[in-house]
Amino acid sequence: MTATIVKADGSARNLQEAVEAVESHLHPKPSWDVADHPVPTGREEIWRFTPVSRIKGLLDATPSDAHLAWEESFPAGVTSRALSEQEAREVSAEAPVDRVSVLAAALSGGAQLIDVPAEAELDAPVSIVLRGTGQLVWGHIIVRIGHHARATVVIRHEGSATYGAKLDVLVGEGAVVNFVTIQDWADDTVHGGQTSVLVGRDAQLRTVTVSLGGSLVRLTETSRFAGPGGSLEQFGLYFVDAGQHIEHRLFVDHDAPQTHSKVDYRGALQGAGAHSVWVGDVLIRKVAERISTYEANKNLVLTEGCRADSVPNLEIQTGQIEGAGHSSTTGRFDDEQLFYLQSRGITPKEARRLVVRGFFSAIIAKIGVPELEQRLMTAIEAELTKSVAE
Amino acid sequence: MALNQGLVINGLHVTVETEAGTKEILKGVDLTVREGEIHAIMGPNGSGKSTLAYSIAGHPKYKITSGSVTLDGVELTTLSVDARARAGMFLAMQYPVEVPGVSVANFLRTAKTALSGEAPKVRTWIKEVNESLARLDLDHEFSARSVNEGFSGGEKKRHEIVQLELLNPKFAVLDETDSGLDIDALRIVSEGVNRYAAQGDRGVLLITHYTRILRYINPDFVHVFVDGHIVEEGGRELADELEASGYEKYTKVATQA
Repeated sequence: MTATIVKADGSARNLQEAVEAVESHLHPKPSWDVADHPVPTGREEIWRFTPVSRIKGLLDATPSDAHLAWEESFPAGVTSRALSEQEAREVSAEAPVDRVSVLAAALSGGAQLIDVPAEAELDAPVSIVLRGTGQLVWGHIIVRIGHHARATVVIRHEGSATYGAKLDVLVGEGAVVNFVTIQDWADDTVHGGQTSVLVGRDAQLRTVTVSLGGSLVRLTETSRFAGPGGSLEQFGLYFVDAGQHIEHRLFVDHDAPQTHSKVDYRGALQGAGAHSVWVGDVLIRKVAERISTYEANKNLVLTEGCRADSVPNLEIQTGQIEGAGHSSTTGRFDDEQLFYLQSRGITPKEARRLVVRGFFSAIIAKIGVPELEQRLMTAIEAELTKSVAE
Repeated sequence: MALNQGLVINGLHVTVETEAGTKEILKGVDLTVREGEIHAIMGPNGSGKSTLAYSIAGHPKYKITSGSVTLDGVELTTLSVDARARAGMFLAMQYPVEVPGVSVANFLRTAKTALSGEAPKVRTWIKEVNESLARLDLDHEFSARSVNEGFSGGEKKRHEIVQLELLNPKFAVLDETDSGLDIDALRIVSEGVNRYAAQGDRGVLLITHYTRILRYINPDFVHVFVDGHIVEEGGRELADELEASGYEKYTKVATQA
């Protein structure tokens, strides 16, 4: 199996790795025991892209009682309550897979559980805004969607914080869910953690992960299936500015037959030291017959001095599948596209703006909340003024 | 009419960078297309026809080493690509480029705004767009699609002519607009070009390899283009002669020279 790392300068090198690598190497064994997740040196497979010194605050087990300001807007029927640490472990989709999330689970003093009742047809999104006020915060949130419910959930992060988070999403049988998280942090925020989803039998889950702000954002997103017939679509959008590190590490575990997954993450980078990391691992277990999976990562490098690491991995343990594939591209603006637009009188600046908007529009359109889609497009326009305006 | 009206190309030399080094493609092109005229440029593959089209439009791959191109007296060769378009130049491309995520509607409106300096009035503009799409046998939903993405060959070319109609430039260079079209699409596209030309004060430079589009579009002049320059000029009878005997006699001359 071949993984490709494409650098911002367009050069690519192939790494022989991954498939023959043992599963536990790429994916540490989930465990609630802090001792199972020692402080990383930065040389470990799962930490090798991360500037460990910059996320140190989330690796030292410094306790904190601080919380993010919590602002919720729930449609009728949706409830929320606190769970003890022990209860949280029992309900969670998966145990922690790295040190940040194990500390989040251990030091958050329990979890907040949000329940969408079975067969609910929500007429508005379940909305939570989490705002940092400059403190170290450990948090654990569990969102549980009852069987055959239809819901959109939006979790939005704002403000300044050093935030270690565990987030679990449980999607009941036959439920149809749109799950959106937005990292719209202030420039100094460090956000690390794990989002684990469990897709129920015949359920359809779409996740949209948007990372715009923060000094360092490192999110591990793991997905499993609770039964056959589940469908998982994961979309991502990131915009990385000078000095920013934004890392998304996805692991889709096809552990049930006739399941379907699709991953499409797109990022733009601008400014010296902008660094994005996308790791997309898909494991197709022996039991996972007749599944299909495709993952894609695209990076648009807007200026000099950026680095985009993109590593897709596919581990296949059965040949009885419908299809499996991946693609990764990293490049600058396409001169032919810009020429075409400019030949119609459109200025170079406006042409670049159109291309970037177009690049992200397919992802933004998946959010399904028009007001939020508009807001994100506006945020991207604002980002673009930093580079495209030059 | 002033002498400088229309497109005037003088002594145009153009090079491209290849792996084997700098290569001269256009070797002194002289051509005048006055307003109201349709000129056809015909030539074999590799003669430099498309290079001429791209050079007029300002593609960065092609370097103009000497000569001039003026449109109504305005020197184009020193202008940026978008400024050339705003000066009235339009290139219908042989291979229109996909722009994923940018809708035809958004693209057309942005281009119209850029060219006229103000946004078109919403209601009349949408009507205009839909009417133009209908004339090119494209349905309303076409404007919601991403520019050229997943278009058939015929759709791409019809989309170029929709742009020609809506942007209505002073001058249009059509680069092998006929290639890859079936007979119905060829007729529809040709009618679009004829409507544009019928305004009377526009100019058309029609670049083609084949004569079949000239059954629908009647050129005032035909130029034979070989080895980077014009080797023969005439009326439409020259096209008929090419249809019968091909480019052989011209390419032989070029080889001997």
